[in-house]
Amino acid sequence: MNRVRKKTKMVPLPSQSIVPERDVAQKPILEVSRLGINFGGLAAVEDFNIAVGPTEISGIIGPNGAGKTTIFNLLTKVYQPTSGAILLDGKDTANMNTVQINQAGIARTFQNIRLFPSLSVEDNVKIGLHNQIGYGMFSGIFRLPRFFSGERRARERAMELLDIFDMTHLASHRAGSLPYGAQRRLELIRALATNPKLLLLDEPAAGMNPSETEELMNNIEKIRDRFQIAIMLIEHDMRLVMGICEGIAVINYGKIIAKGTPEEIQNNPLVIEAYLGKKKGYQPC
Amino acid sequence: MRSLRLRSNIDNLLTYGLVIIAYIVMRILITSGNISSSLQGQLVPITAYIVMAVSLNLTVGVLGELSLGHAGFMSVGAFSGVITATLLTDTIPMTWLRLALALLIGGLIAGIFGFLIGIPVLRLQGDYLAIVTLAFGEIIKNVMNTIYLGYDANGIRISMESANALQLAEDGKVILNGPMGAIGITKLSTFNAGFVLILITLFIVLNLINSRSGRAIKAVRDDKIAAESVGISSWRYRMMAFVTSATLAGAAGALYALNYTTVVARKFDFNTSILVLVFVVLGGMGNIRGSIIAATVLTVLPEVLRAFNEVRMLVYAVILILVMLVRNNLTLRQLFQKIGIKRRNSLANNKEGDDS
Ligand SMILES: Nc1ncnc2c1ncn2[C@@H]1O[C@H](COP(=O)(O)OP(=O)(O)OP(=O)(O)O)[C@@H](O)[C@H]1O
Ligand SMILES: [Mg+2]
Repeated sequence: MNRVRKKTKMVPLPSQSIVPERDVAQKPILEVSRLGINFGGLAAVEDFNIAVGPTEISGIIGPNGAGKTTIFNLLTKVYQPTSGAILLDGKDTANMNTVQINQAGIARTFQNIRLFPSLSVEDNVKIGLHNQIGYGMFSGIFRLPRFFSGERRARERAMELLDIFDMTHLASHRAGSLPYGAQRRLELIRALATNPKLLLLDEPAAGMNPSETEELMNNIEKIRDRFQIAIMLIEHDMRLVMGICEGIAVINYGKIIAKGTPEEIQNNPLVIEAYLGKKKGYQPC
Repeated sequence: MRSLRLRSNIDNLLTYGLVIIAYIVMRILITSGNISSSLQGQLVPITAYIVMAVSLNLTVGVLGELSLGHAGFMSVGAFSGVITATLLTDTIPMTWLRLALALLIGGLIAGIFGFLIGIPVLRLQGDYLAIVTLAFGEIIKNVMNTIYLGYDANGIRISMESANALQLAEDGKVILNGPMGAIGITKLSTFNAGFVLILITLFIVLNLINSRSGRAIKAVRDDKIAAESVGISSWRYRMMAFVTSATLAGAAGALYALNYTTVVARKFDFNTSILVLVFVVLGGMGNIRGSIIAATVLTVLPEVLRAFNEVRMLVYAVILILVMLVRNNLTLRQLFQKIGIKRRNSLANNKEGDDS
């Protein structure tokens, strides 16, 4: 199937990265160099280098246990890297923790959905808006005017975001009671609510049928176009990866074995041997 | 499905209403003399235990962290409240103001202890808070048993040895007398004061829960990693809930202590912590109204069942275990659900019957 997609402006790539022409020319939103982590001797990620453009959709693929999720956990400081540097929008994130990383502009979803199951859908989104609603504990307890104005703005914004993904009718439902697909969408909305510059999606299409995946692909492109942010995703669904990613990195045993455009990745003999060759079911289209 | 928000508003109004109606009923019973003296003596302790249960629910139910030393904060509040009230006897003749200040200081000091405990513990994941609060309760009890404190015209004296070691002047007065506890307390607490403290507690806890901060506290409870990934500092909101909880427990302690002429540290031991935990578990995690009802019923019940008083703690333990089992047992839960559905169905049937 041939998807017509609006590409971001492509330019030749600088630095040591081997990713082809993309929009990272002037200033990449994310630059990672020599990133690595050891788990008791096992190098789960090693010498990971990547640069991502400010409105680029990029993908990380690789076999199970290759270290893809670990890369996200390193970028968001769930794990502390044992080596390497991460620059977000030119700023070094070495001294930031997970909370500060989000405030600096990286939001993510999780491979195993992590919502706040006992809160309503609306409240889940409002949690994403938390740092944009400016009132504190005192105003909250004493119901000062800032409480009402803050809550009103939060509600409006939450509804706006839910509306983009056709979820307003579910606003008052418990997040934990939603069907699987809606939970995935809510997690994405919650991440988006934090106003990120870079959105990390860990296997967003896992467990989805082809038509749901198709909708997700449209949504991902919609997010990029509408919010003008970079999106990096991990995915096993080759149709999705090849369909919407502009740059792809292939990981095996914690190391990048290839980088390139979808076309290049599909024709790279290393990749075919190490990854695609093993998974005959995933024939890129 | 009705909006969760609307439902929580109605829920809160019901909670306030319940407390106010219960207060009015008790007032009527008192004025008309239709209340036993033993129950009348229980009124202030009941209000203190309600505040204890509601505040512990903030930690256990809303924040989702187990605390086994809530009585430790009650103890800190009790003794600092007594000291405050006694020292202010001459300066502030208005008893209500002295009581209010004692509750305030008792609460603040308990809150500071909560903060100090929280600094190392609330960063950790797991059952550390339960272990550390358990130790805290025991340590406070033992420390209070060894402190002698008195004052005279020259100021306040503290000793760890004996009341005589304080070397007070003729006009001096011993406030804390080691294992004998706080002595010579002027009874300041009243049922009215307890009622007001419950209302203040409800105001703080319910408004906190239903605000931006409370939402963050619940988010941290549901999933700490997810909360941090969207920029919410788990430590900060755990601290907020835990310190608020400790502060209210401190105020409850001061209210409780100022209802007697003497108070010993043993009163605020592990059993009391567990007792309050039982109120919370029985009333339902995160269910504020449930805590109030459970605290009231379970404080009055032993008075009614005096004969079984010796096995009271045993009964509590058994009830706690049973409730845990019921809550975690799928078959039993399904059974309850079935009963619930049946009841709702029969209600619906009745309604249809009425219409036809
Ligand atoms: N906290 C940890 N401690 C020890 N080893 C870990 C830890 N987290 C991940 N690993 C190991 O690191 C390797 C990479 O795991 P990771 O979850 O990143 O794989 P993945 O590429 O996301 O795989 P999948 O496609 O199955 O999600 C695995 O061997 C895993 O066992
Ligand atoms: Mg993974």
